[in-house]
Amino acid sequence: MTDSSATPSTAASAGSPRFALSSHLTGWLMAAPLALVLTVFLVAPIVMIVVVSFWGATEFSIYPAFQFDNYEFLFGSDVTYRVFFNTLKYAAITWVFALLIGFTVAYFLAFHVRTQTWQIALFLLCTIPFWTSNIIRMISWIPFLGRNGLANSTLISWGVIDEPLEWLLFSDFSVILAFVHLYTLFMVVPIFNTMMRIDKSLIEAAADAGATGWQTLTHVIIPLTKPGIMIGTIFVVTLVMGDFITVRFMSGSQSANVGRMIQNDIGLLQYPSAAATAVILLVTVLMVIGLMLRFVDIRKEL
Amino acid sequence: MEPRPRSFYILAAFFTLFLIFLYGPTITIAILSFQGPTGGLTFPMKGTSFHWFRDLFEQQAVGDIWGSFSRSFLLGLMVMVTTVVVSVMGGLAFRKRFAGSSVLFYLIITSLVIPSILISLGVGLIWSQSGLTVHWSTSGFGAQLTWTLPFGLLIMFAVFNRFDASYEEAARDLGATPWQTLRHVVLPIIAPSLIGVALFGFTLSYDEFARTLLTSGSHNTLPLEIFGMTTNVTSPVIFALGTLTTLFSFVVIAVFLGVVWLTDRRRKAKGSDAGKGLV
Repeated sequence: MTDSSATPSTAASAGSPRFALSSHLTGWLMAAPLALVLTVFLVAPIVMIVVVSFWGATEFSIYPAFQFDNYEFLFGSDVTYRVFFNTLKYAAITWVFALLIGFTVAYFLAFHVRTQTWQIALFLLCTIPFWTSNIIRMISWIPFLGRNGLANSTLISWGVIDEPLEWLLFSDFSVILAFVHLYTLFMVVPIFNTMMRIDKSLIEAAADAGATGWQTLTHVIIPLTKPGIMIGTIFVVTLVMGDFITVRFMSGSQSANVGRMIQNDIGLLQYPSAAATAVILLVTVLMVIGLMLRFVDIRKEL
Repeated sequence: MEPRPRSFYILAAFFTLFLIFLYGPTITIAILSFQGPTGGLTFPMKGTSFHWFRDLFEQQAVGDIWGSFSRSFLLGLMVMVTTVVVSVMGGLAFRKRFAGSSVLFYLIITSLVIPSILISLGVGLIWSQSGLTVHWSTSGFGAQLTWTLPFGLLIMFAVFNRFDASYEEAARDLGATPWQTLRHVVLPIIAPSLIGVALFGFTLSYDEFARTLLTSGSHNTLPLEIFGMTTNVTSPVIFALGTLTTLFSFVVIAVFLGVVWLTDRRRKAKGSDAGKGLV
């Protein structure tokens, strides 16, 4: 990850036309297991959801049909728009905080930590929580934010407040706090990765040309870090938009986002309605991603 | 060395705060899981004890935790092995363009960014409509692969983007068959990254929640079990469980890092210059 000699090795014997078919064939054979998994567990489920979104449902069962009832109901309801707005709001606010924190952390690691051993050690320290359970990390906030939690009792003992703050837990605040806590890492990693590939002599050149630290940051480092920022953004935005568990848990079921709406329908066995909402969510997410991919070629940035 | 600028200290302080933010809550519940028998979910501590850890070993107090742990562990291993094998094959395939490779590439990205609940819902619907029973080892296993494979493949892409093809040419020039080249040249060079892929495969599966929710059937995996507990358990036993699973994750990470370190040392001791370039 810290290696800067990124030479794409696609030049590895493209082969003469005579071998073209056989090279396609090996490619297909090697990619077959991957294609199989993605077909059965990604493409088929998406197709299934789209199909079921046109079905009808009774209280107990669902039946095949081709009707637009589910969509009509969704687009005709105020709740849908409010919930989608709420989802985008969570995504936007989380993104801002994740970006600010993630960029600062990555910048510190890449440009202020001097030895590579320390860089790797501190980087690993940041990534370890990623490999532990999200649910546990969410639960961990309760003794912190609760009515009698650490935050409230500390603030009271300092005399900052007299009454415990009620909005610390089971509120939009705690939802966004948990999102930032869980997903900032997804911003740190790609940004750190691109920063490590920036040629250090460019920074020196900027300094030699009389740029201040701030000017170097805004005119050299940020533009060169854009691909990493975009990849991190894609991660954070899609994770937050597709989430249902953090919102349910941290808002104490008081706030809703699209994921919660889908989960509610599933709980009521209203699968066609859940499927229709899921289709709209997927389209929204893909539109956001499509927009971002216009700014960055992921394949080149790995 | 020139003296550190003032910005270093400000950023270092920020970084420290970030680490406290990352680890603080986990450390809090680790402390609270040693709560005395009469203690509650928050501070103050009413004495210290192993009471809540002992509770974990009593079946009726907490439900089927050990069953779900062993299922999660087994599933993690299954997903890990599959992820490594499929990612390596996929990574090798993508070194050359083949018809359909860009479609497959966008599918991988889709698999990564698609909201997990869609996979859960879609797989669940397919299974129920075709009269099958969802089970963690079939539908759950496949649903988790859609989460672990993109990570494995992205690592493999990054590895092969930096891979020096002249090693393979050298092997070919010396008369190695493609299989020998793969077995004795390519795989040893990429071995350390494979450990990384395995780590991703295991831990992402072991902690996976959303994609397993509707696809694991009546036998819960550990994250599902823990989530169930959050709605009906109001004692520090849940913190004890959280502490134990987090500890387990740390052990897993440490084992993987240890393996990386050991293979690296063995390689140096054997004096092989594989992957080092010609000096």
